[in-house]
Amino acid sequence: MTTDTDTVRVVPVRHYGRWATALLVVGLAALFLRALFDSPNLEPGTIREYLFKDYVLDGVVTTLWLTLLAMVLGTVGGVLLAVMRLSANPVLRGVSWAFIWVFRGTPLLVQIIFFGFLGALFPRLTLTVPFTGTILFDKPTSVVVTGTVAAVLALSLNEMAYAAEVIRGGILAVDDGQTEAAAALGMSPALTLRRVVLPQAMRVIIPPMGNETITMLKSTALVSIIAGRDLMTAVQTVYQNNYKVIPLLFVAAIWYLALVSLLSAGQWLIERRFGRGFARGGVR
Amino acid sequence: MTVTEQTPVTATRPMVRAQDVVKRYGPIEVLKGIDLSVAPGEVSCLLGPSGSGKSTFLRCINHLERIDGGQLSVDGELVGYRRHGEKLYELKAREVARRRRDIGMVFQRFNLFPHLTALGNVIEAPIRVLGTPRDKARAEALRLLDRVGLAEKAGNYPGQLSGGQQQRVAIARALAMHPKLMLFDEPTSALDPELVGEVLDVMKGLAADGMTMIVVTHEMGFAREVADSVAFLDGGVVVEAGPPDEVLGNPRHDRTRAFLDKVL
Ligand SMILES: Nc1ncnc2c1ncn2[C@@H]1O[C@H](COP(=O)(O)OP(=O)(O)O)[C@@H](O)[C@H]1O
Ligand SMILES: [Mg+2]
Repeated sequence: MTTDTDTVRVVPVRHYGRWATALLVVGLAALFLRALFDSPNLEPGTIREYLFKDYVLDGVVTTLWLTLLAMVLGTVGGVLLAVMRLSANPVLRGVSWAFIWVFRGTPLLVQIIFFGFLGALFPRLTLTVPFTGTILFDKPTSVVVTGTVAAVLALSLNEMAYAAEVIRGGILAVDDGQTEAAAALGMSPALTLRRVVLPQAMRVIIPPMGNETITMLKSTALVSIIAGRDLMTAVQTVYQNNYKVIPLLFVAAIWYLALVSLLSAGQWLIERRFGRGFARGGVR
Repeated sequence: MTVTEQTPVTATRPMVRAQDVVKRYGPIEVLKGIDLSVAPGEVSCLLGPSGSGKSTFLRCINHLERIDGGQLSVDGELVGYRRHGEKLYELKAREVARRRRDIGMVFQRFNLFPHLTALGNVIEAPIRVLGTPRDKARAEALRLLDRVGLAEKAGNYPGQLSGGQQQRVAIARALAMHPKLMLFDEPTSALDPELVGEVLDVMKGLAADGMTMIVVTHEMGFAREVADSVAFLDGGVVVEAGPPDEVLGNPRHDRTRAFLDKVL
């Protein structure tokens, strides 16, 4: 049998259904955007006016460092909790389990309000040297745990519980043979964790921790309930005065979207870095 | 059970001495009293059917498993314990780690660190455990990689190497700690047949250099050619041990004979 490729015409599969659905979706999106811009209450001018106002920018900065601080503290605490949960010591295992149980088992909003009103539970924070009565530190709770401190406390303690589970999963995903090989080389358990297990667990840990960071960025909006000075608090303060709720929500949304996009780019870079040596990891 | 005292190498104390070693997993007794002695410089091959306890015994030697009975010593020191007067004190994790430095181990599935290059795998423990300066560790690692024929693969990650190359890196990694004893747990069993030879050649070189080696293997050719002694394990005991031509050529026990009939 011979085939003359010059005369044979190749007809690719025609995806009529694909074209139809694409058209439908584009049409619907266009309708929605038109409705949006036709609305007299969108007020693009107002959005533009407030987008770069200094107190909005202050809110953006607060939201950013609140996110980063909560994530750093949350990750460090998460490693600690994860190692405790995997430890041979039943007391450490139990404490870690209880911590995670409480902080994953109650809404973040409840935790934020709780820390915001900590003074109602413990009116004064006092630190004394045991058995001597010498007072090292004694202040009203409301002075120490300001709105910002309460926000950091609630966000990072909550994050620790989630990070612990992500990190524990990552550690468990590393093959036992790795720990064994490290042990056979005379590496201590701590060194093995740091140099062999965690770097490999990273590959598994980073994608969900990237999502955790993005979720955290948006969760910071919840601290507006205790006047956490974040982006959402700033925007709320404005619209509670001028009633331009929709334009100001757009201001907030635009900033959150921009920050999340930035974080996603960072996540991509970090994933590439820790994929080294693995077949599907990007750079090889 | 046979206590092996046949080694002609030296009259000094054995490198490894196992006396009535027992290991249980829960109610199951996996090692039921292993007796074995390996002299310095000796190459000892462990043979036996799957599940006979070869890996378990090897892991007991560097205390990856704790023994439940009998005595096991490496170079005159009890594995996992310190003797002080009449009492035995169990070693702390740090002390166990210190003793493991001197015992190299090579695994069936290589267990290289996938996030480090071949060179990174070899220099990791010397730098972090022994405190060798990086430059010195590097130079020595490159020398070892050259010795196993992989000088030009130093910058490759394990995932970019063939099984035989990975296993040779694993051997170099173990040698970088200057071990006085090398344990091999079926080092060629996970390899494609055409890659077995390159790993065995490296091991033969090591044996020729006088390294004390305990090798769990199904490579009868290697055992016959390189081993000073062969021990046949079955059901958690050493059924028969002696020079390779005796155990392999003229086995005294039915179980040994049955096993050899199957593998040869
Ligand atoms: N961690 C473990 N828990 C329970 N049983 C085990 C464990 N490791 C090994 N065994 C059992 O011990 C026996 C000996 O295993 P092993 O030493 O791996 O044999 P070999 O290496 O000779 O094939 C087997 O029956 C195996 O199922
Ligand atoms: Mg085995």
